[in-house]
Amino acid sequence: MDFELTEEQEEFRQAVREFARDEIAPRAKELDEQERFPLEIVRRMGELGLFGLPFPERYGGQGGDFVTFCLCLEEIASVDSSVAITLEAAVGLGANPIFRFGTEEQKRRWLEPMARGEILGAFALTEAGGGSDVRSMRTTARLEGGKWVVDGSKAFITNSGTPITAVCAVAAITGEGEISAILVPTDTPGFAVGPPYRKIGWRASDTREVTFSGCRVPEANLLGERGRGYAQFLETLDDGRIAIAALATGLARGCLEESVRYAREREAFGRPIGAYQALQFKMADIRVGVENARLAYLRAAWLKDRGRRYKTEAAIAKLYASEVAVAAARDAVQIHGGSGYIEESSVARFYRDAKVLEIGEGTSEIQRILIARDLGLPGTEL
Amino acid sequence: MNVVVLVKYVPDPQGTPELDDAFLVVREGTEGALDPGDEYAVEAGLRLVETHGGEVTLLTMGPETASAALRKGLSMGAHAGVHVVDPALRGSDALATARVLAAAVRRRPFDLVLAGVESTDGSTGTVPMTVAQLLELPSATFARALSVEDGVLRIERPTDLGFDVVEAPLPALATVTGSAPEPRYPTLKGIMQAKQKPVERLALADLGLSAEALAPTQRVVGLTRAQERAAGEVIQAGEDTAKRIVDLLAEAKVL
Repeated sequence: MDFELTEEQEEFRQAVREFARDEIAPRAKELDEQERFPLEIVRRMGELGLFGLPFPERYGGQGGDFVTFCLCLEEIASVDSSVAITLEAAVGLGANPIFRFGTEEQKRRWLEPMARGEILGAFALTEAGGGSDVRSMRTTARLEGGKWVVDGSKAFITNSGTPITAVCAVAAITGEGEISAILVPTDTPGFAVGPPYRKIGWRASDTREVTFSGCRVPEANLLGERGRGYAQFLETLDDGRIAIAALATGLARGCLEESVRYAREREAFGRPIGAYQALQFKMADIRVGVENARLAYLRAAWLKDRGRRYKTEAAIAKLYASEVAVAAARDAVQIHGGSGYIEESSVARFYRDAKVLEIGEGTSEIQRILIARDLGLPGTEL
Repeated sequence: MNVVVLVKYVPDPQGTPELDDAFLVVREGTEGALDPGDEYAVEAGLRLVETHGGEVTLLTMGPETASAALRKGLSMGAHAGVHVVDPALRGSDALATARVLAAAVRRRPFDLVLAGVESTDGSTGTVPMTVAQLLELPSATFARALSVEDGVLRIERPTDLGFDVVEAPLPALATVTGSAPEPRYPTLKGIMQAKQKPVERLALADLGLSAEALAPTQRVVGLTRAQERAAGEVIQAGEDTAKRIVDLLAEAKVL
């Protein structure tokens, strides 16, 4: 057993912590209020190599492992979940499928600029009629004269309409009971995004509906194997779940840090409110949640880095950390009292940002089904 | 060109340093970092060698833990480090520090020595100029911008009214302020590469210096807590409001 991070991981975490504190935190409130995509911060994160963190240097990446990427997400999410999810979706959903399943040419064309943070990719699986329920999928792609023709629409697609989004991987029905993934550049005629959703949280993150109306792309834009599209997306989601767990851990830690700071300063009945056990216990509980959530995501990421099975551990980490985050945000607002309910406080933003963690990349219910399935229980097929 | 940047490892710059009975900063067993002020000097050095070629060497004097300051600068992109570490150096004053740094700089050919304006812990602000004096170098202080052309260093030094342009022939020493370009953050690749970069460790004997010659010539005899900042004055709107504000601005020498 060894619970120590490597020196490199520790130093990098410190660098990202300083970046988050100095470059992201001061802008978080304004970006949230204006529901504005953090393009300038994305550029800076690109210079820092964050978008290429877990990819090899030969594809423009930093050659880091998944543990390091998750540590980075925790740091950023401890101050701003919108920026964290923008990075997570870009790396985990945009670039990762191309890294894992793409051809050499696709990697050169898309992964390299993604790893440098110059372009973003989106990942379009969910439809208005269903996300994890893949049998309800309506989007189709058919081969016509050496081109894929894609028709359909996708819902809740992160990073789909940013000024630097260049490509969207879309899951489409390509035959009887057959789902494949197709890369559709955003300048393809027939590709269109709707206005950003008006979300209760993650407001600076770009999330839209995407429609494909007779989008014609070369046959070579098939991503991975024909007919393995759904399996590939599921594998991608396993990675994404670990990342979401790291993000949730960061949000819970942000709630804890804000609460402790406030509870030491704010006085009631002649004492700092942190001197009252009623609040001490809340903060102690948040701490327990943060520490355990971190252990859970680090273990899943560690298994992944070692090429071991991590599907169930990813689900456990995601389920646990997201529920910790929601509870931490609720308690942090309670500790702040009235001032936690107004938009000036970070914890109000954390409160709004937390809920989606129990929904995105597989709801808590889906995670429980996956965990139950691993227990060998009947009736757990999706 | 070869640039030497003087860097210091200081106790957590976000916190308040602890002092021992002799009013020396407690450095053992505390979290620390590369002095944030020095990061501007490292950045300035990196920019110069990016333009002109050459290498940036970081030089620090301090306990074992000070190697973290070197690693940070190496992660940012500096090429090599020199760490003067010797138990006899504990409690060194500014003059002794400058002697050690000057002796270490002198060992190799260099074109430019850069430093922050002052450390965030000791804040004497005297070490860089003393090093320049000992090395008989021209010094250009408080630079917010630096450039080198035809063997001449040119800096911009902010003043109350604007800025001075100061030139000095190389080799020279310059101190860099916090209004110079923002230091870069290390990338993961930079952090991993830093492990492979050479760091030379030197003891006093390697520099031909003895502990006796470096005995402190100054010591801190007392300490008084800084005054709490007084509450501001609120000027109520009234007939003489404008005059009152003008008077205050004149008093503060803003007008």
